[in-house]
Amino acid sequence: MAEEMRIVLRNYGKIDPLKIDDYLAQGGYKSLEKARAMNTADLIAEVKKSNLRGRGGAGFNCGMKWSFAAGAQAEQKYVICNADEGEPGTYKDRLIMENDPHTLIEGMAICAYAIGATQGYIYLRGEYPFLVSTLNTAINQAKEKGLVKDFDIEVRSGAGAYVCGEETALIESIEGKRGEPRFKPPYPPSEGLWSKPTIVNNVETFANIPVIIEKGADWYAGIGNPAYPGTKVFTLTGDINNRTFFEVPTSTTIREIVFQFGGGIPGGKKFKAVQIGGTSGAFIPEALLDTPVAFDSMSAIGATLGSGATFVIDESRDIVDVATRIAGFFEHESCGKCAPCREGTARTAELMEKINEGRGSNKDVALLEKLGTVMSYSCLCGLGQAAPAPVLTTIKHFKADYEAKFV
Amino acid sequence: MVNLTIDGIKVSVPEGSTILQAASEVGIKIPTLCFHPDQSIKANCRVCVCEVEGNRLLQAACAMPVFEGMVVKTRTPKVLEARKTILELILSNHPQDCLNCIRNGNCELQDLAQEYCIRENPFEYKVRGFAKDFSTPALFRDQDKCILCRRCIEACSVVQSVNALGLEGRGYNSMVVPTLGKALIDSPCVMCGQCIHACPVGAIGEREQIDEFLAAVANPDKVVITQIAPAVRVAIAEEIGMMTGEMPMGTFVQGLRQIGFDYVLHTNFSADLTILEEGNELLKRLKEGGTLPMFTSCSPGWINFCETFYPDLLDNLSTCKSPQQMFGALAKTYWAEKMGIDPSKIYSVSIMPCVAKKFEAARPEMNDSGYQDVDLVLTTREIGRLFRMSGLDFSKLPASDFDSWMGKYTGAAVIFGASGGVMEAALRTVYEVVTGKTLEDVNFAATRGITGIKEAAVDLDGTVVKVAIANGLANARKLMEQVRAGESPYHFIEIMACPGGCIGGGGQPITKANVKRVERIEAIYAEDEGLPLRKSHDNPEVKTLYEEFLHEPLGHKSHELLHTHYHPKNKKFL
Repeated sequence: MAEEMRIVLRNYGKIDPLKIDDYLAQGGYKSLEKARAMNTADLIAEVKKSNLRGRGGAGFNCGMKWSFAAGAQAEQKYVICNADEGEPGTYKDRLIMENDPHTLIEGMAICAYAIGATQGYIYLRGEYPFLVSTLNTAINQAKEKGLVKDFDIEVRSGAGAYVCGEETALIESIEGKRGEPRFKPPYPPSEGLWSKPTIVNNVETFANIPVIIEKGADWYAGIGNPAYPGTKVFTLTGDINNRTFFEVPTSTTIREIVFQFGGGIPGGKKFKAVQIGGTSGAFIPEALLDTPVAFDSMSAIGATLGSGATFVIDESRDIVDVATRIAGFFEHESCGKCAPCREGTARTAELMEKINEGRGSNKDVALLEKLGTVMSYSCLCGLGQAAPAPVLTTIKHFKADYEAKFV
Repeated sequence: MVNLTIDGIKVSVPEGSTILQAASEVGIKIPTLCFHPDQSIKANCRVCVCEVEGNRLLQAACAMPVFEGMVVKTRTPKVLEARKTILELILSNHPQDCLNCIRNGNCELQDLAQEYCIRENPFEYKVRGFAKDFSTPALFRDQDKCILCRRCIEACSVVQSVNALGLEGRGYNSMVVPTLGKALIDSPCVMCGQCIHACPVGAIGEREQIDEFLAAVANPDKVVITQIAPAVRVAIAEEIGMMTGEMPMGTFVQGLRQIGFDYVLHTNFSADLTILEEGNELLKRLKEGGTLPMFTSCSPGWINFCETFYPDLLDNLSTCKSPQQMFGALAKTYWAEKMGIDPSKIYSVSIMPCVAKKFEAARPEMNDSGYQDVDLVLTTREIGRLFRMSGLDFSKLPASDFDSWMGKYTGAAVIFGASGGVMEAALRTVYEVVTGKTLEDVNFAATRGITGIKEAAVDLDGTVVKVAIANGLANARKLMEQVRAGESPYHFIEIMACPGGCIGGGGQPITKANVKRVERIEAIYAEDEGLPLRKSHDNPEVKTLYEEFLHEPLGHKSHELLHTHYHPKNKKFL
């Protein structure tokens, strides 16, 4: 029986987020102190050894990323927290920032020390205006107490574009430009914000850092799936009894998330599919539910872990209609910079509407598959590469539902 | 050096090279659309994608730097399917009226559609249906044809620092639009036309006026005359499949007669005249404490730029009209009288490397002959089309000479076509006027070449005159900021709006790379070298003009016909 394990949400409900003394009473900022007593190479080595991998979706080794920025020569470096949290159905970062803002600040400050940065930014989702004052209060408290020393953090609100969750689009947005991705390389750790070495990590990633420093890399590396250790926060929505959140070790299976933590499907209906990782996630059928939620095991079934958003649909839902709405979402959110995404998301939406309205044929499905496949490896950024996943996976696992639409 | 393998061929290239550069080293062409050799990397069209071993994603060859041991495959089925699908996507909303398009036969998208055998497009054909923008007399925009490569935006903002074009909307609704989404005429656009060269397709072009020309030729009451700008001859060859500079002047003149011109004259004549007027204006300003530095005023894109962005510096502009407009004013006065032709019957056509000249000719200030001084401006490209329409074989055409009284010229006029040429021509004359000595070596190396900002100093019998030359408006802006700050060390500044000068003008054969501009510059100086007369004040027809009509530079008649004043544009958004 899988059990919940709270690392990033360790202080949830235990402290008043607006009182720094509450956080300090839980041992807060001790890890920052400990980190500053280490030399930066050892500190980065420790993070690397923990095998903490980015919780934003790409799953890159966090310590490795830091080492690139630490090794880059520059007068100024930056630490950015990606708090854009634009995936529909995801609110894990909000939970952390709303209930325990200091754990984020402490994580960012440790990173800043490790790479030699004095300026940080929290790029906050445009729809979270109510968190601005919480974050600023926490930043000012940490500053007043001298805990973060010369490290400054500025909160920047996004303007609602989904693509700004992509790290280079986020950087462009902070620079005051259109929120559009850059081509990579160069990657942000060598050339990021204002062309300076920059670390962009997700809120959940930073929230892990103080605990890793406190309890050690070996402790962390031993939790959950060895290739993607630690915990992951899941936010459950859709046709599920417990529409709430859980933090579980990464060895937990999808079935456990849906049926044990989620309490199964309401109204005695049957499970149809679950989409994990947000709107661009794959739809996963019953047959693959015993897959562990770790990064690589998800990749192996053609899915992604993404943000951990878990959207369940039951047998009564029209999955082609769901995929059509998602296609419309991507048409709306494509930034328009690269041709295959700009035109491809629009054509995908058009073809999906055609099929959903009963005007489609197998030829359209085949075209969708070709288009989606090309987009997945030709588009400039993750948005366009991932956008076809819901369509491609529903065609793969639920082809009969498509055929049923043909008149 | 970095060693890699492309399609099984080993290649060694400098560190920092891209796959695209490495592939071209071994003769492998990778298709591109957003790539421009003189611009920043954009990587947005994605038609250059290739497979890089060990990478799930295809990589854009234009952007991906090479690394040691890299294995690249540019023609796998996966790559070809991706490229073809991307082209189909772009073409699915691109108007399929290639036959009517101004870029038919000279379009990067059309070429790729052909190369990739795009026949039946699986995506539904859906043109966006935007209104075309014909608000300026110089260029038009056809938004429907735009493939959003953004090359025009970079030309306008980075090369020209005009920033008239930007992006609006997102995703499928993205558009390249003039400032604030308004018509081009209400934007800061200076009509230089560099966006035309940057555009890979037919989304921007010159306002073609071939029909107006043909109507004038067909009208028996009209005497159709022409003047040719110095930068046109070197480039016109490119329009008819010859090498840059290869069209002999005599053959060119014959070609113009064949397409219907009654008299063929030369802007070079008025370029020599400009030197006498402008050179004397400079000397007068130096002597009498006039506004300095003095700026040249031949480039209409530059004039628009100065009126728009530096209205406080208009007094620095030479009052001389451009050679085109000097010619225009004289053709319907001096020349008409000398030839005994009723000026109201003269239809004066200028052949220019420039689209801003179309705007300049239509300025209300340019009617000093009592008529519109220049009736029609055709670009080098339009003349190219007329030549192709005529079916002439230029390799067999017998040579012909210019007509009299405004057809003779010196090498000093020829070099007006290249950045630094006006300055060099002025120095050749000013030196002799001031010192009374003969200038033995007429070549001023410091003023030549495509470098953005050049400077030189000339000793005129003890007085050192400092000069600067800028081509491309972003470079001009640097010099203007110096002047505005009161820190400019110069007496005389030559500005040409277009990179390389008029040889790179917005009306020239579509010029993707600066290397082509350099070739044309070389052809210009070769022409100058080969001429017997190389100083403007030695032009015999200009001498006759002063003796019989103008009497002296800056005299009463000159002021009436050859000089003008400029006005602030008062664009509200600035």
